[in-house]
Amino acid sequence: MTNDELKIKLTGLFPSVTFEEGGEWVNAVVPFTEWKTIAQQFRNDPNLKCDYLFCLTCVDWKTHLTMVYHLTSTVFRHNMVIKIKLDRSNPEIETVCDTWRTAELLEREVYEMFGVKFLHHPDLRRLILTDDFEGFPLRKDFEDPVNMIKL
Amino acid sequence: MIEEIARTEQGDMVINLGPQHPATHGVLHLVITLNGETIKKVEPHLGYIHRSIEKMCECLSYRQFIYVTSRMDYLSSHINNHGSALCVEKGMQIEVPSRAKVIRVIMDELTRIASHELWWGAMAMDTGAFTPFFYAFRERETITDIMEETCGARLTMNYIVPGGVMADLHPDFQKKVKEFIKLFRAKTDEYNELVTGNVIFQNRMKGVGVLSKEDAISYGCTGPSARGSGVSCDIRKLYPYEVYDQVKFEEVIENGCDSFARYLVRIREMYQSIGIIEQLIDNIPEGDFQAKTKAVLKLPKGEFYSRVETARGELGVYIVSEGATTPYRIKFRSPGFSNLSALDHMARGSKIGDLVAMMGTLDLVIPDIDR
Repeated sequence: MTNDELKIKLTGLFPSVTFEEGGEWVNAVVPFTEWKTIAQQFRNDPNLKCDYLFCLTCVDWKTHLTMVYHLTSTVFRHNMVIKIKLDRSNPEIETVCDTWRTAELLEREVYEMFGVKFLHHPDLRRLILTDDFEGFPLRKDFEDPVNMIKL
Repeated sequence: MIEEIARTEQGDMVINLGPQHPATHGVLHLVITLNGETIKKVEPHLGYIHRSIEKMCECLSYRQFIYVTSRMDYLSSHINNHGSALCVEKGMQIEVPSRAKVIRVIMDELTRIASHELWWGAMAMDTGAFTPFFYAFRERETITDIMEETCGARLTMNYIVPGGVMADLHPDFQKKVKEFIKLFRAKTDEYNELVTGNVIFQNRMKGVGVLSKEDAISYGCTGPSARGSGVSCDIRKLYPYEVYDQVKFEEVIENGCDSFARYLVRIREMYQSIGIIEQLIDNIPEGDFQAKTKAVLKLPKGEFYSRVETARGELGVYIVSEGATTPYRIKFRSPGFSNLSALDHMARGSKIGDLVAMMGTLDLVIPDIDR
């Protein structure tokens, strides 16, 4: 499917989805309340079959956080990007690790680096940082005068 | 002093493998729950070599951050540089000269051979064969010597930069690569005889660490680890970059789904890489090795994603730009991280002695996982 066909298909399936311009792939903005059901449909819909989550990350925009999911279909070979806006003071989102199991470790990384809480995650613990580490290193307001070198 | 062994409530034993263990090839720490000799759970604990490369890159310019990427997967440093350079070029819309494109592909494939060679030696050593390790390093040495002449470095190359390559090829490059290829083809056949057909080796590998096709996709596995399970995921074929659409090569796929299948994929991939180099080495176009670019690179506002095939799988570079001289956010989708997530699933129910063989065939490089 080309990007335009994908957009039409997605609008038909999910009326609450809006689109962002830019990038080489379709950028779909999904409300975080519906993410869980939409994710399962992305995975299981016979025309979408987005079975492969190849990148999961988060971006700190200082006013809000944006979760970014890169999906591809190993059957149809189309790619798309899902973006979900989260509240920066209390970021919470449903986990997708039962839909794509690779998300389990990736979500743990985002949890400690950005402080996003993944609801119903089976094992939400720190993966990389030590237990006594304070703050969320990849947020923009994180400062570490000792270990961070700025040019 | 021997401390009391930790046990769970069910009486299972909890032991640590690593972070300093010769079989983990780096500082990987696995906490294993064992019932007798049977593995019930494998939990990776990361962070022993975490440098927060993503945060560092937010302070570095688009020319500088390339040098940090060599330190991620140090065995495929050329390909890491390549992926990052491609992403910057995509944003800046820089057209790379054809000479640089061909040089890049040759360097990538040489790196892939060197990386698979090291893996082959270490893999054989993990399963108890010592000789292959020395053989593998002898051949790998030739490649690092060739690289050193052109790049000036042996491990962290920093040779591929936005716009092309850092310097032109060394005058002896073509001659030495051709000599190496001729020698290496014969040597690979010999290695195949030495290890691949060995009954003891096959018994250690066959039926061990089974990962089905569905699981490989669900766990986000890429590279030889996924292709051993029958998943077609070679970025060079699916989303060709540089001159990969002009050379003839085959995407190696095995359907065995076990450790031996993953082993075979890497061995067969070495032959494919030799084939690619043979097609290109006499056809390096004349011309510039670098496009003319501005001294300070500024990516326009937007998001850019590039994907390349490293020796371990798909490396994704995701840059979010606000139009400044430094990236606003950069994310490296490292192949090792996703491949590691499948280890727990593969290992459950098998014997602890096989865990090392499984880890070996996943070809984990820890700085690539931790970043």
